[in-house]
Amino acid sequence: MSKKKHVTLNVNGKTEEFLAEPRELLIYTLRERLNITGPHIGCETSHCGACTVTINGKSVKSCTMFAVQAEGAEITTIEGIGGPDNLHPLQEAFKEHHGLQCGYCTPGMITRATKLLEEIPNPTEAEIRFGMAGNLCRCTGYQNIVKSIQAAAAQMSAAKEAAE
Amino acid sequence: MKDEITREERVDNLKGMGCSRKRVEDARFTQGKGNYVDDIKLDGMLFGDFVRSPYAHARVKSINKDTALKVPGVLAVLTADDLRPLGLHWMPTLAGDKQMVLADGKVLFQGQEVAFVVAEDRYAAADGIEAVEVEYEELPVLVNPFEALKSDVVLREDLVAEDGSIPAGAHGPRKHHNHIFTWEAGDKAPTEEVIANAEVVAEETMYYHRTHPCPLETCGCVASMDKVNGKLTLWGTFQAPHAIRTVVSLISGIEEHNIRVVSPDIGGGFGNKVGAYPGYVCSVVASIVTGKPVKWVEDRMDNLMTTAFARDYHMTGKISATKEGKITGLHCHVTADHGGFDACADPTKFPAGFMNICTGSYDIPTAFLEVDGVYTNKAPGGVSYRCSFRVTEAVYFIERMIEVLAIKLNMDAAELRRINFIKKEQFPYKAALGWEYDSGDYHTAWDKALKTVDYDGLRAEQAQRVEDFKAGKTRKLMGIGLSFFTEIVGAGPVKNCDILGLGMFDSCEIRIHPTGSAIARLGTISQGQGHATTFAQILASEIGLPADSITIEEGDTDTAPYGLGTYGSRSTPVAGAATAMAGRKIRAKAQMIAAYLLEVHDNDVEFDVDRFAVKGAPEKFKTMKEIAFAAYNQAIPGLEPGLEAVSYYDPPNMTYPFGAYVCVMDIDVDTGVPEIRRFYALDDCGTRINPMIIEGQVHGGLTEALAVALGQEIAYDDMGNVKTGTLMDFFLPTAWEVPNYETDFTVTPSPHHPIGAKGVGESPHVGGVPCFSNAVQDAFRPFGNTHTNMPHDHWRIWRTANELGLHD
Repeated sequence: MSKKKHVTLNVNGKTEEFLAEPRELLIYTLRERLNITGPHIGCETSHCGACTVTINGKSVKSCTMFAVQAEGAEITTIEGIGGPDNLHPLQEAFKEHHGLQCGYCTPGMITRATKLLEEIPNPTEAEIRFGMAGNLCRCTGYQNIVKSIQAAAAQMSAAKEAAE
Repeated sequence: MKDEITREERVDNLKGMGCSRKRVEDARFTQGKGNYVDDIKLDGMLFGDFVRSPYAHARVKSINKDTALKVPGVLAVLTADDLRPLGLHWMPTLAGDKQMVLADGKVLFQGQEVAFVVAEDRYAAADGIEAVEVEYEELPVLVNPFEALKSDVVLREDLVAEDGSIPAGAHGPRKHHNHIFTWEAGDKAPTEEVIANAEVVAEETMYYHRTHPCPLETCGCVASMDKVNGKLTLWGTFQAPHAIRTVVSLISGIEEHNIRVVSPDIGGGFGNKVGAYPGYVCSVVASIVTGKPVKWVEDRMDNLMTTAFARDYHMTGKISATKEGKITGLHCHVTADHGGFDACADPTKFPAGFMNICTGSYDIPTAFLEVDGVYTNKAPGGVSYRCSFRVTEAVYFIERMIEVLAIKLNMDAAELRRINFIKKEQFPYKAALGWEYDSGDYHTAWDKALKTVDYDGLRAEQAQRVEDFKAGKTRKLMGIGLSFFTEIVGAGPVKNCDILGLGMFDSCEIRIHPTGSAIARLGTISQGQGHATTFAQILASEIGLPADSITIEEGDTDTAPYGLGTYGSRSTPVAGAATAMAGRKIRAKAQMIAAYLLEVHDNDVEFDVDRFAVKGAPEKFKTMKEIAFAAYNQAIPGLEPGLEAVSYYDPPNMTYPFGAYVCVMDIDVDTGVPEIRRFYALDDCGTRINPMIIEGQVHGGLTEALAVALGQEIAYDDMGNVKTGTLMDFFLPTAWEVPNYETDFTVTPSPHHPIGAKGVGESPHVGGVPCFSNAVQDAFRPFGNTHTNMPHDHWRIWRTANELGLHD
């Protein structure tokens, strides 16, 4: 054990300050310290993506990053993407197109998809499959996840056009 | 009274059976508000984790916990010696064997639980684990079951008598100290005679490798012993919460009414979460010892290395036929590797599960099956990974034997299947190995599948590809994978199906509220199947209240009626039947209430969608909503107030879903990479409750089949080290590797099920594995291949091509 470090994070728009051991993983900080339990733990080796969050605009697997490494970062989890009164189009699309079953991968999956659609607003099926390959799902076989993301992309593009 | 809407609209409003109702579970999951076991937090909760054995076979000479107990945050270290006074250092398995909870003098597999460290948080527990000193003495390791049956090395000294003799086990006599059981089905002598005198016999030996269900959420629990009122609450990833309650009561001595087991949201099960694991027992003990709640959650390595492997069947088959291809007999022998303890999750009377469904979809007059279970230095388990008990093994076996026979006969494998299918008029069909298939129409399904994919066209294209390959125009071969499967699900009839003596019925309890909404509770538990959505649909159609007005609740043993849980595709066949039957009890009482309100005789009203109407006068009716209110505010002579029902359903038979799958694959012989060009899946699961959910189940099951067939395995080296203990080595397909699937269906209802439904969750896995495997093998058939073992990863496919001389 080494000396605790002071860490400041902005999570879902809220500033969080605390002392943490350097070995404290970010997923542990989120789930145990901040009670943000949307991101899940599936593998501890960066393979499954259930712990995916957005850090300073990039998709990151929070199970293999230390909290101290995120010092000063802006972090968005599924809880910051949309709630009962302001659902994100991806959250609606996953329900509409049966893009989830057990739900365990879903927060990471949707969080990653929000970044994918920022990177590529109208992705092809291949771009979706490649861009989501860091997030594993054991239930759906991905076909309806792809469909959900396509539907959300179409809806978001249409909304953007209407706004312009 | 006049209707403002049409009858069709009334039907639509119910969102009952047959419609693709959107899932009610999704709101919480898409917003990160699921409540999985690791999300549970209680005041003062501690965290437990295991010291695990690095060796596959060793004596444990000493365990020193002094240093560990000095680690900040560590409260306790439990060993077998601590559990012995409670009689909890060993626990019964579901297969009639017993298993060490913590190493009692020796370890039998790598990763075995040696000590349980209880600490204030996960980091302190990890520090404590590092500080526990264990002295081991290595013993010879047996990872091959055939060698284990010949070896002098005794794995289970506890199962050898003092005079050196081998006492019988839970399933009869044992032939050797590392032998567990021999299980037989069918007629041995007649089968051997038929095969000996047959015109054509094909033989094959195949290994169905060890793999793992690997749900994205691992196993875990939180145990909380309330010493004030003497009540134990156990939250956990349990596919069978009531069975867990009974098991905990039997082994702990705590009376069952003082135990509440809760399965919260479960992040996938696939069989992994059926069994009882040492982590559950240790958490309960730790909570009793410390007086605080204790959480235990596996990490991924713990999960892959120790809880619930699947398969590991060495199968030898002989199939005989006439020269025209009519099958006359089938012989199957299995050497089953069960690991260090026999902890297979099967109904008690079936130590090899329903492997005796291995005559498949074919009218085979004579058959014999023999299974030998063997102990080795591997992890215990033997669960049904997305299938009914050992059905995946059975279907793989017969669907490979059919292909091997087709090669021997120089016949088209689709035609060979067709001429041997059980005919529609033969149902109910009594199979040679004992089962009575309830219903089927195999020829119609097969013809539809072959026509849809243009089977003849595919074969012509494949023949051309072989020509092109031989002419040096391409390096890619084409494989056409076929499979036709019959599952056996919905365990099961209490007369022959039980787990630890508990009959495998299931249950539903319904309460209708005064304003016409309802709550129904079941003995099952969803792990992603969408029970809260589909069971409400069954009820909506049965009782005429909208599915949106019906809450479905499962998983809390204090409130749900007793049931055996969710696995083996049993929820719809058993609990779904209980739901329909409980709904019919509600309807029967509602009929009497309606007749009273309408001032006619009970027999003069009839049910119509959402109401009871007077026969011949449909304008005179009472809606179910009105009837519900009347049940609570009218004093009806001869009727109790209220509107509730409960049904415990003991199914008269299993259900037998079936399907026809075709896979088209291109294989690069130089890289060994298979590219799935097309996958067509026709499923017949009887009556369809929610087509959207069925399709989702098929996509998911096929993807797990793809994984198993093309790369997923739990591999050991000669020292018993697990070589595939993380997701780096254990293959879970990504979106990039998975194709789009075409789904299709026929509907052949089950004649004995109240709504005709058969279950579907596991069919795609059962049918998918042989289909993917057959596609790989079929690509190499023109070059002399008869059989290669799974998993067909790139290296093994390349090696097959190499051995066939295709790189020369």
